[in-house]
Amino acid sequence: MEMKATRDGFGEELVNLGKENPKVVVLSGDLEDATRAEHFKHAFPDRFFNLGIAEQDVIGTAAGLSSVGLIPFACSFAVFLTNRAYDMLRLDVCYNKSNVKIVCSHAGITVGEDGASAQCLEDLAIMRVLPNIQVMCPVDFLEAKKMTRAIAAQQGPVYMRTGRAPFPVITKEDDPFQIGKANVMREGKDVTIFGCGLMVYEALQAADILQKEGISAKVVNMHTIKPIDEDIILHSARVTGAIVSAEEHQIHGGLGSAIAEVVVRHSPVPMEMVAIKDTFGESGAPQELLRAYHLKDTDIVAAAQKAIQRKRRIP
Amino acid sequence: MPSPDIDITSLEGKAKHIRQKILETLYHAGSGHPGGSLSAVEIMITLYFYKMNHRPQDPQWKDRDRLIISKGHVTPVVYVTLAECGYFPKEELPTFRRFGSRLQGHVHHKVPGVEFNTGSLGHGLSVANGMALGARMLKCPFKTYCLLGDGELQEGSIWEAAMGASHRQLDNLCAIIDYNKVQENGPTNEIKNLEPLTKKWESFGWHVREVDGHNFQELIKALDEFDTMKGRPMVIIAHTIKGKGVSFMEGKAAWHGKAPNKEQLEMAIAQLREGDTR
Repeated sequence: MEMKATRDGFGEELVNLGKENPKVVVLSGDLEDATRAEHFKHAFPDRFFNLGIAEQDVIGTAAGLSSVGLIPFACSFAVFLTNRAYDMLRLDVCYNKSNVKIVCSHAGITVGEDGASAQCLEDLAIMRVLPNIQVMCPVDFLEAKKMTRAIAAQQGPVYMRTGRAPFPVITKEDDPFQIGKANVMREGKDVTIFGCGLMVYEALQAADILQKEGISAKVVNMHTIKPIDEDIILHSARVTGAIVSAEEHQIHGGLGSAIAEVVVRHSPVPMEMVAIKDTFGESGAPQELLRAYHLKDTDIVAAAQKAIQRKRRIP
Repeated sequence: MPSPDIDITSLEGKAKHIRQKILETLYHAGSGHPGGSLSAVEIMITLYFYKMNHRPQDPQWKDRDRLIISKGHVTPVVYVTLAECGYFPKEELPTFRRFGSRLQGHVHHKVPGVEFNTGSLGHGLSVANGMALGARMLKCPFKTYCLLGDGELQEGSIWEAAMGASHRQLDNLCAIIDYNKVQENGPTNEIKNLEPLTKKWESFGWHVREVDGHNFQELIKALDEFDTMKGRPMVIIAHTIKGKGVSFMEGKAAWHGKAPNKEQLEMAIAQLREGDTR
């Protein structure tokens, strides 16, 4: 399978958007090399602004640019733009409903060797609680391209996280992508694994392992964390009777929490969460870190087995 | 030179009237921010009744000059001035801060004439940068103004924006600092000293003009000077008095964020009518 990073999908499609729409402008906090916004910089130097290491200024300026009808993409590392500029995201972007697209790379533990300070593990949680914004995480390179195009085409604030690590491209060019509508990657009847980002690949690997044990696992790609696809969550929970969430994010407040919020209100079933367990990361190779922090296919397998066991205990 | 047909006496009369309406609006609301509203009255009047190109009957006119109220708590002076211009009926002012009113406690763009929601300090200048940059990219003729408080200059984000505006040579951007020298819990320069303020802005690449922020002639002259800017943004440091016009409010941090009671309102209005604040 081809290995590519989601940040590269974003960078590639951003240039295509730039060709089609002269209103697309890009702001960077001096990390356009890493976020891949640099392709746009080279193609459209008059519509690209590196505002320096000043994330608050990046977000405020983006809001101002959107107010005159431009479509700003604000780009940096997820840790810096969401954490450092949170007040600006809350007020200038969300409260003002500014048409700003926040696209951040270096989300998740697979940032790798740079270590904990650069590994953003809380962005989905803190962005999800803000009103008026949509929150997304592409499953692979190709979906990152489709997502980039889709968020530019609609009005309103969006947060999109991308990753640094090359990972298998598991979708095809003609696979559908619609904001807010999750994609079933594999059908199953005993348990549903909901994943986002590269964890969907791990979930598919887990489903293969489970199949050898006679367990049929459904795998769903939850590329949109907000608004969450309630229909597919509830349908899958009712049909399979046990669910697992898998994300490269803190266990508190992310995809797992978003799913739990839906099932507890409408259709509670045993649920397990595969996520970072309330701790910071550290330096290491992406695969080493996924193993060390229990985010591998085998961890998802264990979680699925546990959820299924709990299902059987319910009278 | 200010246009010869500007009637300063009439602007001064308007200032008295607006101060009275500010106090009445605060009294009706029972809460709000008088100090920084009263200090900014002449600045707001000079912008809305002299300098800015705007159309109260067409608030979304695309070539209107933009004003970002970075000190978003001074809603009394903002709303009263906009109502005075005719953006919305003055009869609406007593609904300020009430449930269901569009006159939100901090500036909100559901009020006709307001460009951008603010309220958390240190935000406005970056947003104004974006508007000015966008205007230049789209070849729009409008100018962008940004009203800053002195206390919020303690926010680091202001200086990120200050550096950015001069780096991008935003000569269509004018910041105005309401330097009333008092913040919520005391004198600004005792809490975190801003001085030397002029040198700070100059060193950040801005053209600086210091004025008496209660003197229309000086404000007009400075704002006209802004039209001549080439290659750099301008900041007007307007020396003002917090709570200006009401003796018992002037220079008092205690009047940063509280409304007058009936007795205080009457006393204040009597003073404004006499024009004697000593």
